[in-house]
Amino acid sequence: MATIEKSVSIERQVNTGFDVQRIREDFPVLRQTVNGKPLVYLDNAASSQVPQVVIDRGSIYLEDEHSNIHRGVHYLSQKATTAYEGAREKVKRFINARESRECIFVRGATEGINLVMHGYGRKFIGAGDEIIISAMEHHANIVPWQMLCEEKGARLRVIPMNDAGELLLDEYDALLNERTKFVAVTHVSNALGTVNPIKRMIDQAHKYGVPVLIDGAQGVPHMLVDVQDLDCDFYAFSGHKMFAPTGSGVVYGKAALLETMNPFQGGGDMIKSVTFEKTIYGDLPNKFEAGTPAIASQIGLGAAIDYLHTIDRKQAAAHEDELLRYATEKLSAIEGVRIIGTAREKLSVLSFVIDDIHPHDIGTILDQEGIAVRAGHHCAQPVMQRFNVPATARASFAFYNTKEEVDVLARTIERVVEIFS
Amino acid sequence: MSELSELYQQVILDHNKKPRNFRKLESANHSAEGFNPLCGDHLTVYLNLEDDAVKEISFEGSGCAISKAAASMMTQAVKGKSKEDAEQLFTSFHEMVTSDLDEENVVERLGNLKVFSGVREFPVRVKCATLPWHTMHAALNNEALVSTE
Ligand SMILES: Cc1ncc(COP(=O)(O)O)c(C=O)c1O
Repeated sequence: MATIEKSVSIERQVNTGFDVQRIREDFPVLRQTVNGKPLVYLDNAASSQVPQVVIDRGSIYLEDEHSNIHRGVHYLSQKATTAYEGAREKVKRFINARESRECIFVRGATEGINLVMHGYGRKFIGAGDEIIISAMEHHANIVPWQMLCEEKGARLRVIPMNDAGELLLDEYDALLNERTKFVAVTHVSNALGTVNPIKRMIDQAHKYGVPVLIDGAQGVPHMLVDVQDLDCDFYAFSGHKMFAPTGSGVVYGKAALLETMNPFQGGGDMIKSVTFEKTIYGDLPNKFEAGTPAIASQIGLGAAIDYLHTIDRKQAAAHEDELLRYATEKLSAIEGVRIIGTAREKLSVLSFVIDDIHPHDIGTILDQEGIAVRAGHHCAQPVMQRFNVPATARASFAFYNTKEEVDVLARTIERVVEIFS
Repeated sequence: MSELSELYQQVILDHNKKPRNFRKLESANHSAEGFNPLCGDHLTVYLNLEDDAVKEISFEGSGCAISKAAASMMTQAVKGKSKEDAEQLFTSFHEMVTSDLDEENVVERLGNLKVFSGVREFPVRVKCATLPWHTMHAALNNEALVSTE
């Protein structure tokens, strides 16, 4: 029996054709031990790890190019500017934007969403208007819209979900009406793993002429995203969840919309001319990039995109799917474990609770074994309320994770259950 | 797993499973709510204070094993004590879980609350152990709400 199982799993690994061990060598962090045990890093939905080539690219900037961008006639500033704008080109191709000026560099998904709230929302949304979000949003895609509603007297409407963690699309259709002025939904839920049918949802909103923002923080690290095919109006994501350093991120916006919007912050770099009487704002993307940005991080994001081009992303996604399937099977088999989020379309996130054991205690015990998971509400308190749990433990996968790591996770969870029995 | 067994001692696991004084106190004349927004722990401590002494104390809420056991054992330790003694116990408890100094008189005063000394090896869990105490302190001093962040 055991040998049959083994040969099946080897065959599967051959089938996906994905050499995980080779890939792991690209990520120095993974070589570490924690509490004397090999690090098992399963907190990728919070932040993924950074490959050596991205680290090296950041060092090159700091060692050879460090200077401010867009400002100097001198050699270094030109080099830095070229690298920074080169990263924007890479982002443009990565998400298939029409033009690179549609890719605004921001600190992360949160700042991207806030930029759209300020630049678009505060200009075009008013009293009595409605904004639709979903029941599975991260706080980053709830709070800015709530602030806007408060300020303008607009109304926040929420698309409900079923017990599997799937949005109720009929309810969404019913929420759309002539008062709807904006839709903001997540591509993939960070708390449940649900992949939303955003293309259909975008089409539906467009029938009412309503622009749509997609929170892509959990989308880009796992899927090929084509903003033109999706026809989304805005798409925001964070570099640190897609193998780049913290402080990097992008909000894509259709040029025609970005042109009509108010700037986000005021300051240097975002202007054409300033007098005390009047300021003329710069063109895209500068209009939205006031002040000195996180140059090293954004160049790192460009390098992370280059890195992703070196691996077969379809194979990587198949490998992640297999990890999720395997982990779901293993954990479901443990008495008392309940998976939160069982959508048919799901990726890379496994949220779970164990009867009578608080996720915090699970997290502490896993950490002692070198396993990094997240325990808490995952900045999605309404999701926790919907499922009537105070918090969950969450294992989230990247393509460098292995089945052996899932085995360690499952074994340690069995141990947790034992300790508390 | 030796540090783990220091943390999850049998006494703590037992109080987690069967928390003592775990109910709403109808006769309460003081109460306060405590939150730990980081992990969602939430509890209410009820006190019946008479002549500056804790006549009755209870709690309810949800939280991790550490916070639940800490609350349960706190109610046992504090019941019957004067307000001043209860506060003193809080100070000693806080000292024990946050510092490496095992001052003998501190440990002596804490009695079986000593089982929480393992918490200091887990800095992120210190707040779990102290939340019930902060909440009791708030109830004693007529503050309605505490949040550990
Ligand atoms: C779905 C989702 N949206 C938004 C964010 C916020 O990202 P950041 O903190 O990088 O701005 C996150 C990160 O946890 C997320 O998972």
